[in-house]
Order: sequence, then C-alpha cells, then structure tokens
Amino acid sequence: MGRFILRRLGFVLLTLLASSMLIFVATQILPGDVAKMILGRFATPEALANLRAELGLNRPLVIQYGSWLINFVQGDWGISLSTDNPVMALVFSRLRNSAMLALVAFAMYVPLGIILGLLAALRRNSLIDQAISIGSLSFIGLPEFVTGVILITIFSLKLHWFPASSAIAPDATFLEALPRLVLPAITVSLVSLAYITRMTRASTVEVLQTDYVRTAYLKGLRPYQVIFFHVLRNALLPTVTVVAIGIGWLIGGLIVTESLFSYPGLGRLLLFAIQRQDLPLIQATTMLLVVIFSLSNLTADIIYAYLNPRIRYQ
Amino acid sequence: MVIKTPDPVSGKHNTGKHARRPRHQGRWRELLRNPFAFAGTLIFLFFLTMAFVGPLVAPYGFENQDIAARLKPPDATHFFGTDQYGRDVFSRILAGSRGIFLLGGIGTLLATIIGTSIGLFAGYYGRMWDEILMRVLDILLAFPPLLLALVLLATVGSSLTNLIVVVTILYVPMLARVVRSMVLDLKTTEFVEAAKTRGEKNSYILFREILPNALAPLLVEMSMRFSYAIFLVASLGFLGLGVQPPSPDWGLQINEARAYFSTAPWMLLFPAGTISLLVIATNLMSDGLRHILQPDIGKQ
Amino acid sequence: MTEACLEIENLTIGYQTPGGLLEAVRDVSLKAASRESFGLVGESGSGKTTLALGAMDYLAANGRILGGRVSLHGCKISGLPSKEMYRIWGRKIGMVYQNPATAMNPSLTIGRQLAETARIHQQISKAAAQKKAIAMLAKVAMPEPETVADRFPHQLSGGMLQRCVIAMGLINNPALLILDEPTTALDVTTQAVVLDLVTDLKQEFDSAILYITHDLAVVAKICDRIGVMYAGQLMEVGNTRDLFKEPLHPYTLSLLGCVPHFEPGGKKHSLASIPGLIPRLDELPPGCIFAPRCRFVQDRCRASRPVLQPAQPGHQTACLRWRELPGNAGPAGDERSDQRSADAPVVLEIKALNKHFSPLQTLLAIRRQNKKKIKAVNGVSIKVRKGDTLGIVGESGCGKTTLVRTIIGLLAPTSGKLVMDNQQLGSLTADRPRTVIKKLQMVFQNPDASLNPRRTVAEAIQRPMALLRQIDRKQIAGRTRELMKAVNLPVSYYHRFPGELSGGEKQRVAIARAFAADPELILLDEPLSALDVSVQASLINLLFDLQKKNNATYLFISHDLAAVQHISDWIAVMYLGRIVEWGRADEVFAPPYHPYTEALLSAIPIADPDVKQQNIRLEGSVPGAMDIPCGCSFHTRCPRKVGTICETDKPPWRKGPGKSRISCHIPENELIQLQAEAIRFASSQEGA
Repeated sequence: MGRFILRRLGFVLLTLLASSMLIFVATQILPGDVAKMILGRFATPEALANLRAELGLNRPLVIQYGSWLINFVQGDWGISLSTDNPVMALVFSRLRNSAMLALVAFAMYVPLGIILGLLAALRRNSLIDQAISIGSLSFIGLPEFVTGVILITIFSLKLHWFPASSAIAPDATFLEALPRLVLPAITVSLVSLAYITRMTRASTVEVLQTDYVRTAYLKGLRPYQVIFFHVLRNALLPTVTVVAIGIGWLIGGLIVTESLFSYPGLGRLLLFAIQRQDLPLIQATTMLLVVIFSLSNLTADIIYAYLNPRIRYQ
Repeated sequence: MVIKTPDPVSGKHNTGKHARRPRHQGRWRELLRNPFAFAGTLIFLFFLTMAFVGPLVAPYGFENQDIAARLKPPDATHFFGTDQYGRDVFSRILAGSRGIFLLGGIGTLLATIIGTSIGLFAGYYGRMWDEILMRVLDILLAFPPLLLALVLLATVGSSLTNLIVVVTILYVPMLARVVRSMVLDLKTTEFVEAAKTRGEKNSYILFREILPNALAPLLVEMSMRFSYAIFLVASLGFLGLGVQPPSPDWGLQINEARAYFSTAPWMLLFPAGTISLLVIATNLMSDGLRHILQPDIGKQ
Repeated sequence: MTEACLEIENLTIGYQTPGGLLEAVRDVSLKAASRESFGLVGESGSGKTTLALGAMDYLAANGRILGGRVSLHGCKISGLPSKEMYRIWGRKIGMVYQNPATAMNPSLTIGRQLAETARIHQQISKAAAQKKAIAMLAKVAMPEPETVADRFPHQLSGGMLQRCVIAMGLINNPALLILDEPTTALDVTTQAVVLDLVTDLKQEFDSAILYITHDLAVVAKICDRIGVMYAGQLMEVGNTRDLFKEPLHPYTLSLLGCVPHFEPGGKKHSLASIPGLIPRLDELPPGCIFAPRCRFVQDRCRASRPVLQPAQPGHQTACLRWRELPGNAGPAGDERSDQRSADAPVVLEIKALNKHFSPLQTLLAIRRQNKKKIKAVNGVSIKVRKGDTLGIVGESGCGKTTLVRTIIGLLAPTSGKLVMDNQQLGSLTADRPRTVIKKLQMVFQNPDASLNPRRTVAEAIQRPMALLRQIDRKQIAGRTRELMKAVNLPVSYYHRFPGELSGGEKQRVAIARAFAADPELILLDEPLSALDVSVQASLINLLFDLQKKNNATYLFISHDLAAVQHISDWIAVMYLGRIVEWGRADEVFAPPYHPYTEALLSAIPIADPDVKQQNIRLEGSVPGAMDIPCGCSFHTRCPRKVGTICETDKPPWRKGPGKSRISCHIPENELIQLQAEAIRFASSQEGA
C-alpha cells in the first residue's frame, strides 16, 4: 500500500513536470516572438529589445524554462501583463470562487449520479432504466452553453426565480453568492451527472452478475442487505476513478459556464488572459488547473487502493 | 430483485449441427428494433448528407444578407428566423453541417489513424516502447480536455487546420489506450499464438489477425469520439476560439447570437438545438452499435 | 430406504425466449435422504444446474417453474413467496458452486462472510457468529482457522477457498447441501482433498447432498445414488454400484464407454463415442430424446417418449428396451495393437532445457529488492521417437505448458537445446526457417480461442499449406476437403465461421490445421480439457486414427492422468519444472513409482465404484515457482520424505519397472516395499 502510494506520487510528479514543459513550450515558443506579441506589431526595435531583456527572452530556452519553473514552485508567479497585479493573488481569489461553484455542483451531481446509476442497474431493462439511459445519453451530449441558455430562459427570464447573470463581487461570501450559484451549478453538473450515472450503472450491472452476489442471495440475505453489504462496495469502487476523471470534464464545464454566466472564476480569468495574450496569467492558471486535476486523480487512486483489499493487502 | 443465471438456450447451448446464422446478420436487425438507436442513426445520416449537399438544398445562400429582413422571428419563409444581417438561420445551419463534419470528422479520423497505430505498436511490442508511449500520452491526459484545446489555440491562433490538429491531439491518447488494451487482450489469444507458431510476420499478425478483431469496438469508440469532438468544437466556437466569421459554423453562430439573445433568441436556440441533436443522435447511434457489436461488454 | 429429505416431483422448468417457451427441465422426480449424497450427472446443456437452481426456486428473470413440486422433509418449498424463500436459502439449503474464486465477495474477509451467514438465520451475537465461523473453518480441516478468518479471498488458494465456501454452505446445518461442480476448477490433488472432505462431512452433518457434475469418476467416488440427465430429462436413476455395473439406459452405457479407463498395463481400446450432438431444446425429437444417437434404437422408441419408471428395486430407467441392454462389459471399442519398435528415429530431443522468467520490470517501477526468477522449467531432457506419443502430466503450475511453449518457439529457452532431425532449433519461431517451422505444429487448449473468429474454416486450414508448404493453389482446395474429411467435419462447413461451430468441431478444425502443414511432431496442449466426455472420447479416437494413418508423432500435455495413460506410449511426470519420473505408459503407473506419481494416482477419481485406492493426500499447495525448494523439490509435500538428504541433495535417477526411471532418494527396493505395504494397508482397511 505504502509502496503503491509512493509510486503513484512519483508518477504524478513526473507527469506534472512534463506538463509544465508542455505549457512552457505552448505559451512561450509556439507563438513566436513573445515580445512582439505583447507590445504589438508597431513596437520599436528598441522597445522590443528592452522587453526581451526584461523578460529574459535572450537566454537559452532551458535556462528560461528552469527559472520559470523554479519561480513557479517558489510561489513567484510573475506580474500580470494586462492588469499589472501579481498573478498569484489574482488567481487565488478567482480559485476561491471557482471552488465554491465546483463544490456546489459536486455536491449535487456525485450523489445524484450514483443514485440514478444504481437505480437503473437494479431495475435493469425496466422503464426507469430505459428513461435513465436515454436521459443520460442526451445530457452527456448537451453542451453547457445550451443547457445554460435554456435554464436562463426558463428560470430567470420567464419565472424570475434566479438572476441571469452571476457576476458576484469578487470577495462575496459563500452565503451571499449562493442564490447566484444555483443556475451555473446545475448547468455545469448535467454532463458530469450523466457520465457518473452511466458508469455507475455499468459497474453495478457487472457486480450484480457476479457469483458472489448469487452466493449472497442464496445465503438468505434480503435484497436490500445484498445491495448494501455486497453490491454497493464493489460497484462503487470503479466509480471513485470515474468521479476523478469527471473532474476533468468539470473543469472544462466551468470555463464555459463561468463565461456564460459572467461568473468571476478561474475559467473566466483564463479566457480573459487568453483574449489579452497575458502569458504569465495563462501559464499560472493552466498549471494550477493541471495540478488540481492531477491531485484529484491521485486522491482517487489512493482511495481506490484503500478500499480495494486486493491492492491494500498485496 | 435481479437474478442472473446462465441462459441455457442462448450461447451456451451451441450444438453446431443446425445451421446458424452468421454472427452479425441478426444483429443489424436489432438496430432497427431499438427505436432510439435507429432514430439516432437516421439523424446522423441526415446531417452527414447535409455536409455534402447542404448549401445546394438550402432555401437561401448561407452568406446572403437581406438587411430588410434583419432579426426576423421564425415564419413560413424563414423557418428558423434570420440573424443580424438578415441571413437565413435555417440555411446557415444546413451549410454549417459541412464544417462540423470536416472538423469533428477529420479530427476524429486522424486521431483514430494515429491512435490506432500507436496503440497497435505499443500493445504488440510492449515493454519499453509501451512504457514510453503510454507515459507520453499520460502527459496529454493530465490536462482537462477543453483546457488543453484552449491553451493550444490561444497560442497558435484559431484556424480550420489548427482546430483539426487540436481535436487530433486531444483524442489520440484516448484512442491509443483503447486500441492498446484490445491488442493486449488479443495478443495472448490462442489464435494469435497459433499464427506466431506458423511463423507469420509481425505485420501479418497485427493487420490480419489482431486488427480485424479490434475493428468493431474501434468503430464504437470512434463514433463516441466524434460526438465529443462536435461538443468540443462547438464549445470552442462559443468561447470565441473556434472558426472565425463569416463561416456558418454552428458554435460561431451561437457565439455571435449571444449578443442578440434577449431580442432574437431563435438565433441562438436553433443552432444550439441542432448541435445537441447531432451529439445526442451520435451518442444514441454509438450506444446502439455497442450493443450490436459488443453484446458482452456492457461498460464503457 | 430412509425417509426422503429432498423430494422433487415432476418438476418442469421453462425459459421464456424470443423463440418461445423452452422447457429446459422436464418432468424430473428424485429423492435424497438425509446423509445421502445424490449425484446428478450430465454433459453441458443437460439442464442439471437449472434443475438445482429450480429446486431452490432461484431462476433467471426469464425462467419459471411450470409444474411439479419440491419439498424438504415433507414441507413444500416450491412456489413459496420470496419472503419465505429467504428463510430457506442458507438455512435449509446451502449451495456451493464451481469457481471458488468468484463465489466469495472480494472485499470482505472470509470470517465476516461466514459469520454473516450464521447471523441471518440464528439469533446470535457478532462475537458468537465469529466464533462459529472459526469453528466451522476448523471443521472443514482448514489449517489456522483464526488467521484464515481474517483473510480476504484473493489471499487464499483455490482449494482453501472452496473449503471456505463449503464451510459457509454448512454453517447453519442445512437439510440440503447442493454442490455444483465444486472441484472442476481445482487440481487433481486438491480435488481429492475436497472430495474426502465432502465424504467426511456427510458423516458429521445430517444434510442430504445433491452433487452436480459432468465427471462420472467423481460421482462413482462419493455418491450413494446417481441420476443421469440428458437434454433436460432424467434418463436413469439408481444406486451407484448398480448404475455402473449394470446400466439400464443406453445413454449411461455410452457415457461410461466414453471415459478412458485407468488400467495401467491393460490392453488399450479405442473409446466408445456417441454419434451426433445433444438436441436443441426447441428441436427435441418426438419420441425418446436419445433415439437419434442410440445404438439400440427401434421404431417404437421414436413413436412415444418413454418415462422414467422402476425397472429393478431402487433402479429406474427411461428406456423401453432396458431388458435387452448388454450391461457395462468394460471397454467397448476395438483393441489397439500399437507395439512400436524402440529404435524408431528420434524426432525431437530436448537437452537440459531451462526456462526462467524475471518478474515484470517496468520502466519507472520501484525495483524489487529480491530479484528472484520464476523457474518454470528446470533442466528437462527427453526424447520423442517417430510415431510415438509422449504424454506429460502434472498439476497446474508444474511447467508443462511453459515446456511446450518453449519447444514451439513462443518462448525463448533460458538455456538448453532443442534438437530436431539432428538440427538445433532456433530459440524463437521467428529464428527458425519455414522448413523447420513446418515440422512442428501445435493444437491449443481452448477451442473457442484458437481459431480467428473472422476466418472461415477453410481459410484456417489453408493458411499453413500456403505459408509453409508451397502447395499449388489448385490443389489447396482439394487438400482442404481431404483434411476436413479426415477429421470428420462435413464439407459443408467449408465457408463457416468458428462462431457457428461447437467446441468439439472447432477443435477438429484446429487438428486439421495442425495436420495441414504435414508436420513431424504435433504438440497437443490440453486439447480435451474444455470439452464434454463424449466429445473427448471421439477426439481421442480421432487422434489415434490420424496417428495410425499418418505415422504422426504427438507430444500430449494434460492434467488428466486417465486420458494421458490412454493416449500415450511414453509418459513423463512433471513437478515444479522437473521431470520426476518417466518411462513407458504401462510402466510409469505401475509400482514402484515416484512418491509424487503415487500421490497423483491415489488422488484421481476412477469411474468404477469397486476400485479402492490408497489414501495419500498432499499437504498444502504447490510452492510458487519463484522459490523452488532445495534438494528434491517435492520434499515439502512428500509423504515419504526420508530425512534431511531430501532437503539438501538433488535426488539421483533410479531404475523403475522396465525402462522407466525415478528421481528419488529412496532406493528402488525400498520403494517397492513401502508401496506394496501401503496397498496392503488400503485393502485391509476396506475389508474391515
């Protein structure tokens, strides 16, 4: 078990290192002359040279990458080119907002997805199962900007239950923000909800067909006992991994949803940075999101290993 | 209560004395029997046809501007209304079908070709190559998909070619993994070992013994990827990083329509609905395909 | 007969399918008393498992009981609401089935799963249930029951797990214990231990036992009475001895003829086989369902379907002509004369072959401290002569499969030589010229996997001809038909895909494919183990015929001693990668033998209730090939271990009967003496 965690941790660190290289290459080499990109086409050669020297663009790439990485790890994320503010403070204030939204969404779709998936699997081939299957196949195909627009049309424009815009004050508390979180949270949940439902259903169906579930019934356990003591634990084990992979979808969904609802989160910050070609901000936001995604995968791996005796007692 | 015991009539009771239908013949009929999968396939085929003939059958040219008829709601002349330049939304949607299939289709196809090659190679030769290739792909998988697409497009700029490249980069790792795991399974089957003991070349084993048996699941995976690709391209269009104006691209239409949402919601709702329709239809189709081609595999 | 514990009367079970309602079990009646074990025998598709599950009213969603009743101690249990059944399952009826590895929940400890079973039906505390679970584990002869109770299923071997499942089935002292193929997934020595356990438990518990199996030898060993099932019907029911000695149904008679008889030194006969296949449930013949395949069929058999009725006291049959049957006269087929000259040329010589594996090392994996090797094959040397069959026997993990895979070139040997026709073979197939590859062909174990599902029968057979023999294109089609005829496949199968064939037919295609290259030596890797007895018998006969016609040479690998003994001219016994004994087939299985051979012989069930065997049971399971014991590798389990010499020194080769050789520290004379004593002891016990 300890060795397993160490190995996974090693993998994650190596992957993060490689991802940082990819981000560096994508942001600082692919676009060509960064100085020109920042100052625009009509900049004087002197201004360009000064900026290059200032940004250290004259140094060899390896050195540039090394110093960038060291600074990043040490918490020096640079100054935003478009706002002249330290990147780190900006990113973390937005991260808090995104985390609030993600948390509300997570608390909705994970339990609901598991319940719906279980329900469909336990009533396999019934009408409920078919409805859930078709429903989830449909929701998995509805982009957030479609569901978001539909929700806004119904619940804010027609019914006036919730505001159409979720532009909260950057330092609003959770409770203040909550009414404005409802619609975006539902929007961002639907795809992940459908995904978790489908995967839970598949793994539960598989477990229900195993010999040990038959053994459990033939011991004389009542159906609810079989489901609680024998089916759930084994069926939800793969769901742990599924939820972690779903966080990748959740991050993508947040970018679109925050943009649609004008919600001041990390996703909208990233789009803002992209529009302004604000390289330090793009780098920091992207790297942070990759770290979050990798850590959630690592956590899932550890939980999986802990719950699975085959790994725990190797 | 769900109880499963082996059904003594199907499968297990394989007598061989009686002529049985070849394996796939009966299953295509199953697709017709599943109304959702059937409808999905029809819708998919409709849009595929439109990708070729859309501009020809559309009532208006997709670039035809009619300033007098700006922002008109849907009626008998303009089924889906008109946009801010008086262009017919219905015609633009039909014409936009080509872009979607170009982007999503070519991207998925390229990803399939590259991913399959990597998967075959890594899975079959294994060991070192497998480790190296899979670790490299893991790096790409460490990015949430939309994030990777955004970062790449932000720096290289958005164009049709770049979008196709991005879709390809995104889906190569996933397809490579699927193919690799199939190869790992097939490589140890006895019919592949039998081919090895006959002294068949590696290329024969890979392409004549292994690949034909991996095609069915690969087809399912491809159709699933295609629907994700449409989803992705539309989302990028919405975020303003997709195809640039005046293309009739659906995502772009949606992005442009946002500004007019309160006055002309049809501009947004129809393309959005169309995207959802195609994605859902493709999902239903690939789910149907999965049941036909991989009846034993109930999971994704 | 004592009062019946389990009583099944006219039970009919049907499955609703798209093609209509199919009756998988029809009009079955049987009784089993307390402490009696009733064996239900039949080939796959005979409906025996459906019968057992139907008796418990536990059927698939599309299955239901169409008629009849089931009672336990006179109380009707069929047709009860499911709430009532929860009180019967696990309390009145315990169930054990084939694969112990999947029968237990992988994420709960053994103790917890046993205790749970007790607590559902008995009002006891958790601690008391845990105690009971441990006591139960002790009763099934589990070493260290306290430790085992805290283990998870994946930490136990198959044999140990099956004991746990049996313990779980018996924990509430049920009236009926159903065992569905409980030893099919186990090795022969482990099977012997589990069968002994079942026999012992029969004495200790009051339960009636319903034992389901395809293996006639197993029921002969442990059942008091037997019912033979065929296509959903009981064909014959009788006491074990009567049924084996005087079968009253042609199907039973044919089945008995299919089983290779284990009689070392006896003359060899080709086996009886049953023509045709078991009928589909939707195409049952109108009269007797066995009529189309019956040797004794008459017109009246086809007119009406006979029912099971008493023929002799305690013996029922569903045959109209039972009075006219010949009885089980032993081997029915022709005698085989197969004395070969000992100086036929050597086809393959294996010289000091070793195959070791390193545990998988991945690029970034933390390196393991102990870089131990898995030693699958350790210094095997043996010759195969033209026209002979060399059989290699051993339990799973003995290295026999690695050995053939190394010979064929799927694995490269670690050291040692393979010499064929005075020419050393390249280590992998890819290193061998086609002219050499052609000489060696292989038939694999699993017929469902050994043919590419996307290739037709003809394509499969033609590929080796085109690749390895440069046969003219025009001739290939004709040659393919000849081969198909030679393996008794109808030519109409030419364009069929493997998915349309039965298991036996697929294996015939695989055999035809092997012969298509016109090889010098065919490696047969457990080619029969996945098939039914009647199919096995016809394939054994086919292999004989093809050998006679083509003067073919076989290397036959199996865990089934009877089949190996039946088919082989020479036999080698393998244990942990070494050959421990080899010789002519009749000599290897005659005393004196290697203690391991002795243990194997005493473990195999014999399809004859009158044969009494010695009772040698091996301790523990086969050690992993990673840490092979020093000295004699068998010393950790050897019942005849003589002392520390076994642990330190490699045993010398000693002369056995005839040309056979035994690798053991015990001198030949002493072995003879010890083993003769053991046989005397076994027979004196039988007398007492």
